[in-house]
Amino acid sequence: MRGNAEAHELIAPGSLTGVLELMARAPGEWMPIAGGTEIMVAHAAGRLREKKLVSLWGIGELRFIEVSGESIAIGAGATFRDLRMHDTVQSGASLLAKAATWIGSIANQSRATIGGNLVNGSPAADSSPALLVCDAEVELISMRGKRRIPYSSFHTGYKRNAMTPDELLYAVHVPLRFAQHRQYLRKVGTRRAMAISKVALAGTALLHGGVVSEIRLAAASLAPLPARLYRTEAVLHGRALGPLAIREAQEALMEEAKPIDDIRSTAAYRSRVAANLLGEFLNELLTAEARP
Amino acid sequence: MYAMPQPVRRSSTAQTMSTSEKTRIVGTAVPRKEGVDKLLGRARYLDDIEREGMWYGATVRSSIPRGLIRSIGFDRRIDWTEFTVVTVADIPGRNHIQLINADQPVLADGMVNHCEEAIVLLAHPDKHKLREAVDAVNVEYEPLMPVLTIEESERQETIVWGADNILKSFLLEKGDVDAAWAQAAHIVEGEYRTGAQEHLYIENNGVIAEWSEGNGITVWGSLQCPYYVHKSLLAVLDLPEDKVRAIQTETGGAFGGKEDYPSTLASHAALLAMKSGHVVKMTYDRMEDLAATTKRHPSRVRHRTALDGDGKLLAMDIEVATDGGAYTTLSSTVLSRATLHSPGPYVCPNVRVSSKAWATNTVPYGAFRGFGAPQAIFAIERHMDEIAAAIGMDPVEVRRRNFLHDGDTTATEQVMREPVILDKLLDRALTESDYYERQKRFAQENQTRAVKRGLGIAAFYHGAGFTGSGERYLNSLAGIDVTPEGRVRVLVANTEFGQGTNTILSQIAAESIGIDYDDVEMAPVDTNVVPNSGPTVASRTSMVVGKLIERAGLQLVGTLRERAGLREEFTREEFFAACERLREEDGAVISLCRYEAPAGIFWDDQKYRGEAYPAFAWSVQVAQVAVDTTTYSAEVEEFWSVQEVGRVLHPVLAGGQIEGGIAQGIGYALYEKVVWKDGRMANNQMTNYIMPTAEDVPPIHVYFEEIPCRFGGFGAKGIGELPHDGPAPAILNGIRDAIGVGFNAIPLLPEDLFAQLVTQESKAEVSAV
Repeated sequence: MRGNAEAHELIAPGSLTGVLELMARAPGEWMPIAGGTEIMVAHAAGRLREKKLVSLWGIGELRFIEVSGESIAIGAGATFRDLRMHDTVQSGASLLAKAATWIGSIANQSRATIGGNLVNGSPAADSSPALLVCDAEVELISMRGKRRIPYSSFHTGYKRNAMTPDELLYAVHVPLRFAQHRQYLRKVGTRRAMAISKVALAGTALLHGGVVSEIRLAAASLAPLPARLYRTEAVLHGRALGPLAIREAQEALMEEAKPIDDIRSTAAYRSRVAANLLGEFLNELLTAEARP
Repeated sequence: MYAMPQPVRRSSTAQTMSTSEKTRIVGTAVPRKEGVDKLLGRARYLDDIEREGMWYGATVRSSIPRGLIRSIGFDRRIDWTEFTVVTVADIPGRNHIQLINADQPVLADGMVNHCEEAIVLLAHPDKHKLREAVDAVNVEYEPLMPVLTIEESERQETIVWGADNILKSFLLEKGDVDAAWAQAAHIVEGEYRTGAQEHLYIENNGVIAEWSEGNGITVWGSLQCPYYVHKSLLAVLDLPEDKVRAIQTETGGAFGGKEDYPSTLASHAALLAMKSGHVVKMTYDRMEDLAATTKRHPSRVRHRTALDGDGKLLAMDIEVATDGGAYTTLSSTVLSRATLHSPGPYVCPNVRVSSKAWATNTVPYGAFRGFGAPQAIFAIERHMDEIAAAIGMDPVEVRRRNFLHDGDTTATEQVMREPVILDKLLDRALTESDYYERQKRFAQENQTRAVKRGLGIAAFYHGAGFTGSGERYLNSLAGIDVTPEGRVRVLVANTEFGQGTNTILSQIAAESIGIDYDDVEMAPVDTNVVPNSGPTVASRTSMVVGKLIERAGLQLVGTLRERAGLREEFTREEFFAACERLREEDGAVISLCRYEAPAGIFWDDQKYRGEAYPAFAWSVQVAQVAVDTTTYSAEVEEFWSVQEVGRVLHPVLAGGQIEGGIAQGIGYALYEKVVWKDGRMANNQMTNYIMPTAEDVPPIHVYFEEIPCRFGGFGAKGIGELPHDGPAPAILNGIRDAIGVGFNAIPLLPEDLFAQLVTQESKAEVSAV
């Protein structure tokens, strides 16, 4: 443990209002900590610069999963274990349920929250691609009120987001209509479990008579932030799916991807594997279409 | 220091028990001696130990790979009067760790030769104050050009060690290699590389030291070799033998990583304890342990091989190069083992092995399970598959045609006097894995699937015990005593670090005396209590030390019969009654035995010729591998390991050794990569240094063929290192079988597989144009 706990201040107001009041009084001064699966690792390595922490753990108002007719509202404090175990998440947002199984170990999944995963904003975040391809929205809260924005505009740069310093992530809204779409999600990690993504690709698509009428693609670790692949989608949109379209889409993805070389992988590998994953997804679509 | 107890009685009737005799305890799965304590959390590891008024130590380390130290400054923001500060000027004795060469400083003296080299030691009663203080010591350097790879060291443009950067070299010659090329039907060449590997014992390195004028220095540590630590402390602290005491605490894994390093850490803690006057604990966290302690030697092995038209070996010309790091540590003996294992388990009339360990400005490489053999065996066993491909023969058949048999001679002209059953091991491996049926099925399925499967094989030996004359030099002493409380104790300096030393030596003692396993316990591993039975390394414990304990047990019974009226057949009560009669006469009941080299053994250290090892353990392994062509990742799906390790002393522990070695070998082959940046380990965290988890380790099938060995305790040979030797080549051979491309370097991560395939694709495209 390289961090010195005595150098930090941690308070736990125990209620959402308590936390928001604190953040309104001193915007940006208090770092929210939920499950701590990111922050405690930084602390152990002596890299945690934030001296003041406010705990969100145990605040029931943030930990919920509510199903309405058209969407699932997931409280930012819901853990990945909560998501894994939830019937409607499994059936209606299966990509998210699958992504939840990837997070660290069972122990991590029982602490790590979806809010923490998104606010931390790692380009490799496991839940992001799944949320991006089903038009999820995020709901932010402060003493000034609540507001909803598309998740696709939440991340604004490397580890930067659209929240103001007095805001908390309150909930994630996942539309259920994508359950009708063909879906794809694959993570390529450094090993089978307890691994950080080297690259991951998510996709949802609707085909009519072999023509792509809707397609959404998103990737982890291909850019400084979790991002939709709009240009690659555009190549496919309205097009009859076939070997040529698939190859052109893969080429577009290789163009659109802006990965980096880092300690876990190389840019060249990431681009190529992402293109291979896209090929796998599109070929699955093709095969499914061919079936009577 | 252990004082030889008097009187030592040697019985003339002591004799060696026949190793094929039926046994009651040896060969059964008795409970681990320390198992219950570990299960119940009673076992106390180094960091569990707290002492009244204890201080904590930390290390200021070099941030550059090579340079002169211009100044050491202490930032005024710290109140240094609260700290004990130790520099090289505080060392009372020699500033060198006492290993093969005494070239590694305890603390840098005006110069650093690798990143993370220790420069200043700090101690403070509050461990939380240490990190800021370490950061507040400002070392100014005049950087010098570092040498960071084998190739840079070989160029000898920058000399960083001795006169020529060569830490050690060997030349082994049999027959006339140069004359053989002309007669060859085939000549096959290849170059093979292996990377560094981390031990990743669960418990990081740690030591507690206590100093007093009266008792001198006592160190407690998580360590393999208490007498190595003892030897270094004598020299570093300039103390007489009776003022230095080393005690092993419960040790959470070692794998060779606690063979030499604890001598350095114990010296550091001892210096802080002496200067501060307090008990001082030093423990490394994972980041420091990964960055600063030893790793497996990286290697480059080149093979040039001549074969006749039938695929029989005519000549092997082998060049071994290892990266030794900044100081010698154990590089010479690692190189020796690499040299002796480089020709593989094959007969060849003409062999030349030229090997060199090169100095570089990285953290010194050290002992690691296999000790040079995994590097050498990776090369020869990959090369055998390349030979098979080059001459158009089944890799299994090429091996079979060249296997060593009883009566053959090895590259050192050692005659195989014991049975060699490689054919039998191979047949069993093929049968158990259903090798040819599976291979046929995969060849068909691979045509249409993105995931390609293949099978790879490796055949190998591992020499048990110290190389050549090593055991004679060690001159180990071990034995058994009986306490007045009626406990039979095994007296050895050999340590338990998870592999089962306590259990198997207790089994041997109980068996040879003829008492119950529960009547035997291990004496504490404390240099004041146990004799120097040598280090716990080199797969020597069950064989060499086991034999000493077997002899000591028989000797004790012989003495009791001769002098204390013990009958031929005896009960437990009669045994202990006889012990008490002997105690009345001698004052103690103790039976010690010293290593005796087997007769007719010859080894020439100069020419590297003769009996390289008293015994060899043998193995054939088969790996089933799946290569995903979408992600370029290879996984091991199933694994078979057949081995002959002499007598199996404890089937569960033996099986665990094999499975653990294979899991570690899978990591070595496909996952574990030390990423270097300017001479420094960049991924010194377990999130980025990837070791396989249980999810990545496949079902492992373990089979033993048992041929009791006359030199080993109840017929046992070495087992601990053997299983780590084969997985890497077997897996890469499996990848070759799956996708038809040979890879010659490990670790082989998906990025490496991708890079080579893409290079080959673009070459193929060019040639197609």
